[in-house]
Amino acid sequence: MSETMTGAEMVIRALQDQGVEHVFGYPGGAVLPIYDALFHQEKVRHVLVRHEQGAVHAAEGYARASGKPGVVLVTSGPGATNAITGLADAMMDSIPLVCITGQVPTHLIGSDAFQECDTVGITRHCTKHNYLVKSIEDLPRVLHEAFYVAQNGRPGPVVVDLPKDIQFKAGQYARPLSNQHKTYRPTVKGDMDHIRAAIELMANAKRPVFYTGGGVINSGTQASALLRELVQLTGFPITSTLMGLGAYPASDRQWLGMLGMHGTYEANLAMHECDVMINIGARFDDRITGRLDAFSPFSKRIHVDIDPSSINKTVKVDIPIVGDCAHVLEDMVRLWRQGAKQADKGELQEWWNKIEGWRARNCLAYKNSKETIKPQYAVQRLYELTKDRAPYVTTEVGQHQMWAAQYFRFDEPNHWMTSGGHGTMGYGLPAAVGAQLAHPDALVIDIAGEASIQMMLQEMSTALQYNLPIKVFILNNEYMGMVRQWQELLHGGRYSQSYSESLPDFVKLAEAYGGVGIRCDNPAELDAKIMEMINVNRPVIFDCIVDKTENCFPMIPSGKAHNEMLLNDYLGETGTDIGSVIDEKGKMLV
Amino acid sequence: MLQMKTHYPDATRVEPVNRHTLAIVVDNEPGVLARIAGLFSGRGYNIESLTVTETQHEAHISRITIVTTGTHSIIQQIKSQLERLVPVHRVVDLTLTGEAVERELCLVKVVGKGDHRVEAMRLASAFGARTLDATLTSFVYEMTGTTDEVERFIKLMTAVGLVEVSRTGVAAMARGAEGIM
Ligand SMILES: Cc1cc2nc3c(=O)[nH]c(=O)nc-3n(C[C@H](O)[C@H](O)[C@H](O)COP(=O)(O)OP(=O)(O)OC[C@H]3O[C@@H](n4cnc5c(N)ncnc54)[C@H](O)[C@@H]3O)c2cc1C
Ligand SMILES: Cc1ncc(C[n+]2csc(CCOP(=O)(O)OP(=O)(O)O)c2C)c(N)n1
Ligand SMILES: [Mg+2]
Repeated sequence: MSETMTGAEMVIRALQDQGVEHVFGYPGGAVLPIYDALFHQEKVRHVLVRHEQGAVHAAEGYARASGKPGVVLVTSGPGATNAITGLADAMMDSIPLVCITGQVPTHLIGSDAFQECDTVGITRHCTKHNYLVKSIEDLPRVLHEAFYVAQNGRPGPVVVDLPKDIQFKAGQYARPLSNQHKTYRPTVKGDMDHIRAAIELMANAKRPVFYTGGGVINSGTQASALLRELVQLTGFPITSTLMGLGAYPASDRQWLGMLGMHGTYEANLAMHECDVMINIGARFDDRITGRLDAFSPFSKRIHVDIDPSSINKTVKVDIPIVGDCAHVLEDMVRLWRQGAKQADKGELQEWWNKIEGWRARNCLAYKNSKETIKPQYAVQRLYELTKDRAPYVTTEVGQHQMWAAQYFRFDEPNHWMTSGGHGTMGYGLPAAVGAQLAHPDALVIDIAGEASIQMMLQEMSTALQYNLPIKVFILNNEYMGMVRQWQELLHGGRYSQSYSESLPDFVKLAEAYGGVGIRCDNPAELDAKIMEMINVNRPVIFDCIVDKTENCFPMIPSGKAHNEMLLNDYLGETGTDIGSVIDEKGKMLV
Repeated sequence: MLQMKTHYPDATRVEPVNRHTLAIVVDNEPGVLARIAGLFSGRGYNIESLTVTETQHEAHISRITIVTTGTHSIIQQIKSQLERLVPVHRVVDLTLTGEAVERELCLVKVVGKGDHRVEAMRLASAFGARTLDATLTSFVYEMTGTTDEVERFIKLMTAVGLVEVSRTGVAAMARGAEGIM
C-alpha cells in the first residue's frame, strides 16, 4: 500500500521501516523539513550532537557496539563538510552508516547558493556509495537501497544528499518489497573448491597461525562463534589485528595477543615463522606487514575476504576465498569435522613449544613505579577493576590507544571501538556516546589522551544532555605521546610541537559540563579512584596523570621484519634515544 | 649516511608494466563517470584512453572502454576496485580474453596548397580515410584504425599541414561468438 507524504516524511518513515532507533544529527536550514517531520513522531529518537564530526563518530560507535547501521542527519554546506572526517573514518574501518545530508533546492544547485557545496562530489571518495536525489519518485527506493548498500558486502558509509525542494514535495511512499540494489550483489558464499583446498593445506600444516581482523566483527557475532569453534577444533594459535580484537577471547590459551607494529612478540614471531597463514577478514595493512619483502617469508597463505580488492592488494596469497566470514567459516568447520582432519600432533606440539618460548619472553612486561603511574599499569588496573562488567571500550588515537589494545583484554566481539585505518583523534568520546546509547546500562569507557580528547570534547555536553554515564579515562602524559615517540625515532628527539602546552584543568572542565571530574597521580590511590569513577552514574572525566616519557613497546620499526622488533627493555631505560638502535639501512626503510 | 624519513614501509616489488583494455558495463546514472575517473586518479592508476556512451537505452546501461597500463597486480587491483563500485555491473579485461578488436576514429584538419595538398590527399587515400569536408585550402578527413594506425596517420599529416585533431579514444570488443552485456 502506498501513501502520499512529503519527502521529509518519507525520510522518517523509511528510518522507521528500517527499525532505526537513533539518529545522530545537527539541524540547519537545508534539513528543517526533516527536523519538522521528526518532531511529529516518537519512534526515531534524535540525538543532538555538538559537532557533525561527532555525529558520525557517535553513529560509528553505535554501529560497532550494536551490529546495526548508524544513522546521521546533517545540513548542507558546513554540516556536510564537518561530517567528512567521520565518513572517511567509517570508510577506512568498514563501518555501515547512512548519512542524510540536506542540499540546496534543485533549481539552485550549481549556483553557489547559500550553504551549497558539492556533497556527492566531495564525499565520493570517502563513502562506499552516494546519491543526490533529484526526484521524489526515486526517494523511497534510494533510502532503502542506502541501507542495503551500507550493510551488505564490505560495509561502509552511504550518503543520501537531499535537496530541500524534494523534502517539501509530496509523493507516493511504499516500503519496497526488497531493499536490494538492482545489480549490486556481493559474493557471500565462498568457492567450495578453494575452501576444500584451504582445509587440505591447514590439515597438512606444521606451523599454522590464524590471522584475523575486522571482517570477523563486520560479519556478526555468528562469525566470532564459528571462529572460536574452528580455532579450538584445529588447536592452532590465533592472533588478530587491532580491528578484530574480541572476536576470539583474549583469555584463551590459544590467543597470542594482537599482531603488528605494536603487537606481541609471540604473535609477530608466529607470523614470521609460520608455514600456513589463515587470514580471516583482515587486509594486510602496512601496520601489520612492515617491510613487504620480509613479511612471513615461509608461509602459504589463505585469505578469506568479502572484498576481492583486499585480496592480493599488497601481499600475494595462495588460496583466495571471496566471501563472508560467517559463511566461509561455517563451511570450514563442517569440512574439518567431516574429514576428521587433524594437523600432525607432534609437529603442532613442537610449534606450540616454540611459541611458548616466545611467550615466556613476556613482552608486555614493563618496569612499574611507586612514584608515578605508568600508563600500562593504569590500563591494567582499569581492566582488572572493570572486567566483570564486560565494558565497552572506545579510544582516541595515540600511545594510549595501543596500550588499551595491549593491556585491556576483550573476550567478546563488539566491545572494542577504535579508529584503526584513518586513525582519527577525537573518535573516542563521540563513539562512547554512540555505544552508551546502544547499551544504556553498560559500562562505557573512552581510553583517551590529553591531546586527542580536546578534538571532540564538546560531545561531553551531548553525554550530559542524554544522561549517558560515559567514562573518559585520560592517560595524561602531557605529550602527543605517539608523535613524541616517532620524533625520538625519526628526528633525533627534537620534539617539535608535540608538547601539550596550556592544558585545561580536566577536573574543572568536567564540572563545567555538569559531569564529574577525578584526578589521580598516585599509583597507590589509583584503584580507589577508578572504583569511584565506575560507581558514579554520571559522565566522568578521569585525569590520570601518567609517566610523560613512557614509550609504546613492543614495536616493529617500519622497515624491519617481524623478527626484528624492539622490546621495552631493549633500552634499559625509557626516554633514551631509540633512534640509535636502528641500523642505518633500517632507517631508510621506516 | 642514510636518513630514516617516514614511518611507512618502502616499495619493494618491481614488475613489468603492460597495456590493458578494459570493458566496463555500468548503470548510466549521474556521476558514474566521475566515480570511475576519480578512482583512477585517486589511486594513482593511468588512463591512456577512455570512451563512454549509453549502449542499452531502455536499461540505462553504458559501456566504458578504458585503456590503461600497469603491472599485473595493479591491473588486477584496478579490476577489483572497479567492481567494488556499486553502479559497476561487470569489468572484462579484453587484453586477457584474447586479441580483442580495437578501433579508434580520428578527425584531422589539414590546411595547405600545392604539393602539400596533393600529398595529403595521397596519404588519406593510402590510409583509407574519408573526406568529410573540403575547401580550396583545407580538408577534414575521417580515419578509423588501431591506435597505432591513427598515430601514424596523424604523424604523417603533420608534415603536410595538419592544424587540428579530434580523436574518439578506443572502442573495443572481444573476438568470437560470445557477447558481454
Ligand atoms: C597509531 C596506530 C597504530 C596502529 N598499530 C597497529 C598494530 O600494531 N597492529 C594492528 O593490527 N593494527 C594497528 N593499527 C590499525 C591499522 O592501521 C589498521 O586499521 C588495522 O590493522 C586493519 O585491521 P584489519 O586488517 O582487521 O582490517 P579492517 O580495516 O577491519 O578491514 C576488514 C577487512 O575484512 C573485510 N571484510 C569486511 N566485512 C567482511 C565480511 N563480512 N566477511 C569477510 N570479510 C569482510 C574487508 O573487506 C577488509 O578487507 C594502528 C592504528 C593506529 C592509528
Ligand atoms: C586528527 C588527527 N590529527 C593528527 C593526528 C596525528 N597524531 C597521531 S597520535 C597523535 C598524538 C595523540 O596525543 P594524545 O591524544 O595525547 O595521545 P598519546 O599518544 O599521548 O597517548 C597525533 C597528533 C591524528 N592521528 N589525528
Ligand atoms: Mg598524550
